Amino acid sequence: MNYNFKQEVQKPERFVGGHRLCAGCGAGIAVRAVLRALNPEDKAVITNATSCLEVSSFLYPYTAWQDSFIHSAFENAAATCSGVEAAYNVLKRRNQVQETYKFITFGGDGGTYDIGFQSLSGAMERGHDMVYVCYDNEAYMNTGIQRSSATPRFANTTTAPRGQVSYGKQQNKKDMTEILAAHNIPYAAQTTFIGNFQDIHEKARKAIYTEGPCFLNVLAPCPRGWDYPTAELAELCKLAVDTCVWPMYEVENGTWRLTCEPKRKLPVTAFLEKQGRFSHMFRKGNEWMLEDAQNYVDEKWQKLLSHCV
Amino acid sequence: MIRKASEINETSPWQELTPGGEIYEGGTSLLVNTGDWRTETPLVNAEKCKLCMLCILYCPDSSIRVQGSQELKLDLLHCKGCGICAEVCPFGAITLGREER
Repeated sequence: MNYNFKQEVQKPERFVGGHRLCAGCGAGIAVRAVLRALNPEDKAVITNATSCLEVSSFLYPYTAWQDSFIHSAFENAAATCSGVEAAYNVLKRRNQVQETYKFITFGGDGGTYDIGFQSLSGAMERGHDMVYVCYDNEAYMNTGIQRSSATPRFANTTTAPRGQVSYGKQQNKKDMTEILAAHNIPYAAQTTFIGNFQDIHEKARKAIYTEGPCFLNVLAPCPRGWDYPTAELAELCKLAVDTCVWPMYEVENGTWRLTCEPKRKLPVTAFLEKQGRFSHMFRKGNEWMLEDAQNYVDEKWQKLLSHCV
Repeated sequence: MIRKASEINETSPWQELTPGGEIYEGGTSLLVNTGDWRTETPLVNAEKCKLCMLCILYCPDSSIRVQGSQELKLDLLHCKGCGICAEVCPFGAITLGREER
């Protein structure tokens, strides 16, 4: 597939400005990147789980979406989308709709890893022709940075705070992409914002235009929750990939493939030291935390390599 | 019933609002000024800019466009001044600074 991003960025914008996401929010970038992969002539129905994105992009009477948009609750975004898709199929069969529609769901990590997990699993199992995109910012940022099952170990959150008796979140992050791949869906991938966005663009395109249920997990940094200066988003994403904290891979019909291998694998501290939520790991006496985090990443990386062709 | 977002405001009577809070147009958030959140403003140096368009990809607010494929156009009504564009620019063509208002 030829990727000409200069052509891509000049497509009409499907997610416009004026939404109330924080300055420097990764969610807006993720949405723009995914929607850019749509053919301009195709229409889309966007379903949204309750999230930062939902409360910021759709405030009556202002919508940041050029496409149809539906939100019903936190836990049922995938179920809502599958219902719309099923209704569309009926209308199409009866010739009451002529245009091609694509069905895309956006959820945060809370709405995907935790609260919306059952409806997502159900929709994937039923085989609807839809894409579920998780923009993973690793905590419940919308309500004030509470820990979710996507929060990595040791991260400081308001419900898993660091202090004298606690060291932040105690458990490791759930591996959602692997869980979705285990649903035996045609396409599951994880990605983030790197270089000229070729990786996220190609994955979004495959996910949208592959028939059947597809899943895309996008690491979307949150300046508030991760505690870093807003301008450093691109650098953080690059470090997440180079340290193998966030490996870029895809699972297409059961075949695992790494899409972006770091030229030189960096120590995980390079990623952690940029973020205030991990700053306690660098205090004297807490060296075991850094060691533990490094071991965990290495273990996961080796396991991933053994899956990949 | 008032259907146009531009005509709905705090003084619109509830009987006149769309049922279920439905919105009948796309992209109405363009009417909202989020530019006043900004503390620092990006400035493009047209001489240094090679029009590589990387900044457009990274903008969370869809606030950078190419005008007539000749130069970058910043949408300062919506730019929140996060500074990601200045950081990703390989040519140092975007700088952040104070804006006279």
